[in-house]
Amino acid sequence: MTGPTSPISQDVLLGVEQLSKSFGNVRALRDISLWLPRGQITALVGDNGAGKSTLVRVLSGVHQPDHGRVTFAGQPVRFADPQAARLAGIETVHQNLALVDELTVWQNLFLNRELVRRLGPFAVLDRGAMQVKAREMLARLSVNVPPVRAKVQRLSGGQRQAVAIARAAGWGSKLVIMDEPTAALGVQETARVEELIAGLRAEGMTILLISHNFEQVLRLADRVWVLRSGALAGGRLTTETTGEELVGLVTGAIAG
Amino acid sequence: MAGLATEAGSVPVDEPREPLRERVRDIGFWADWAAAIGLLAIVLVFGIASPSFLTLGNIEAMLVSAAILVVLAVGQAFVISTSGIDLSIASVMTFGAVVLGLLYAAGWPILFACAGGVLAAAAAGAVNGLLVAKGRVPDFVVTLGMFSAASGAALILSDGQPTDVVDPALLTLASGSVGPIGYSVIVAAVVAVLGHIVLFRTRFGVHVLATGGNAEGARAMGVRIGRVRLVVYLISGVLAGLAAILLVSRLGAAEPAINTTYLLNAIAAVVLGGVSLRGGRGSIAGPVLGALLLTALTNGLTLLGISQFYQPLAVGIVVVLAALLMRYQR
Repeated sequence: MTGPTSPISQDVLLGVEQLSKSFGNVRALRDISLWLPRGQITALVGDNGAGKSTLVRVLSGVHQPDHGRVTFAGQPVRFADPQAARLAGIETVHQNLALVDELTVWQNLFLNRELVRRLGPFAVLDRGAMQVKAREMLARLSVNVPPVRAKVQRLSGGQRQAVAIARAAGWGSKLVIMDEPTAALGVQETARVEELIAGLRAEGMTILLISHNFEQVLRLADRVWVLRSGALAGGRLTTETTGEELVGLVTGAIAG
Repeated sequence: MAGLATEAGSVPVDEPREPLRERVRDIGFWADWAAAIGLLAIVLVFGIASPSFLTLGNIEAMLVSAAILVVLAVGQAFVISTSGIDLSIASVMTFGAVVLGLLYAAGWPILFACAGGVLAAAAAGAVNGLLVAKGRVPDFVVTLGMFSAASGAALILSDGQPTDVVDPALLTLASGSVGPIGYSVIVAAVVAVLGHIVLFRTRFGVHVLATGGNAEGARAMGVRIGRVRLVVYLISGVLAGLAAILLVSRLGAAEPAINTTYLLNAIAAVVLGGVSLRGGRGSIAGPVLGALLLTALTNGLTLLGISQFYQPLAVGIVVVLAALLMRYQR
C-alpha cells in the first residue's frame, strides 16, 4: 500500500485493521486498513457506493464489522449501537443533521442529554442552565452564532450545520465524524463552516471529514484516504498530493 | 476563530421580541392564537346574542360539560405531538365506563370499580402503543381497529344494556363544587396543568416533541422513540379511563353507546389548539382552549334555540377555518 508511512501508535486516535463488511452478497468494505492521527483532520473520499458511508456507519456504531479490528485511543473497541460509540467519544454529524426543526437551538443541543433538577421524586428540566450552557457551546464557534432560543427551522443552512457541529463537539467527544458538512450550502456558508471546522482542529479535536469536494479536502485536511469499490485505493498527505491525483485514485485511473 | 471564547462578554444576546403592534400585523400571530381568539369571538357573539350566555350559572354549566372533552383532548394532544393519532380514544372511554359499571354492579366498592375502569382503558391504550411502537403497524390502522374492538367489547360485556351506577361519591364528583367551580372542572384543570408540565418541563416531553418533529433524527441522538410512542398511547388510554369516570358520574349510568362526537371533538380541539398533525409542535393550553371553544359553540347555539342538527355543521366549519389559518403558523 502506498501512502503516509505508518505512524507511532500514540499519535493514532483511531485505527482500522483489515476491516470487512458485507450485506448479503455485496462486499461493502474489503480489508480496509487506515488510521486517524490525533488532533488532525483526516478526509475520506471516494465515488458514490465506494464504501464511505458504510465505513462511517461502522465507526459510529450503526453497523458492526464482519471481520477486522477497530482500535480507539489504544483500546480495541466494538460498538453495539450508536450510543456506545457516543459514550466512547465518537460523535457523528449526519448529512441530515438529526436536528428537530420544531425545537429550539438549545433543546437540540441538549437532545437526550437534558439537564434536570430534582424536585422530590420528580425531575424537571433545568431550562435556565441549558440555555446558559448552550450559549457557551455556540460561542466557541465564534462565527455564525444562532440565537439559542430560536427554533431551528428559522436558521440558515450554515447555522443549522453550526448547531449540529457544536452539539457533536460539545460533549467531551474525542472524534467528530462529519458526513458532507457543506454539501447543501452556498459559497459563503461553506466558507463559514470550513472556518468552524478549522477552529475545532485548532482546539485539538480529531476530525474525520467525508467530502466530495477535493479542493475542500486539500484546504482543510491533513491526510486523505481514498476508497474505491469497497477497498482502500490509497492514502496521501494533502501537502504531497494534488486534486488530479485524488481524482485518479477515486476513478481508478491511478492504481492505488 | 479565536479558540475557546467563553468569556461573558462574547456570549451572544438573543434578539429582543418584536413589539406587539408588529406581531399583530403578521398573520402567523393569529394562527398561533387561533383557539384563544376564536373562543373570545364566540363569547362576544353569543354574549351579545343571548342574555343568559354569560351568566355565572351558564358558565359553570359550560365548564362542567367541557371537562370530559378537555381530559380527552389532553390525551389526544400527546399522541398527535408524536405525529400519531388515536382514533380509539372515545370508544376506549366507553369501554372503561362499561367495565366500571359492571364492576360496580358486581358489588365492588366504587373506588375499586373506578380503578378497574381506568386500568381497562389503560390496557387498551397499551395495546395501541405496543402495536404502533413494536408492531410497526400504522397508527391510523391500529387505533381504527381499536375503535371498533373497544366499542364491540363494551357492547358484548354489557349485552348492549346500560348499567346504573348510583353512588354518592360519583354524584358528588358530578354535582359538587368548590365555590362556583365543579369538582369535574377541577379534575380537568389538574389534568391540563400536569399535561403541560409533562410536555414542556420533562425530558419525556422533549422526547415526545422530538419524536414527532424528526423521528429518525431523535433516534440518531439515542432517543428511544419506540418507548415514547408506547407511553403516549398509554397516557391517552389512562386519560380516556379518567374521562370514563367523569362520564359515568354525569350520566349516573355506564352506557355502551358509541361516542363518536367525543372522538371528533377531541381531535378538533387539538387541531384548533395549534398542534400540528405532522407532529413536533405541541401544546396543552391550545387544545384546552379548543375544547372550551367547541363546548361554548354548542352551548351558544342551543341557547339561541338553533336546532341540534346544526351543531356538527358549525363545528365542522370552525375546524376547517382553523386548519386554514394554521397554514400560516410560524
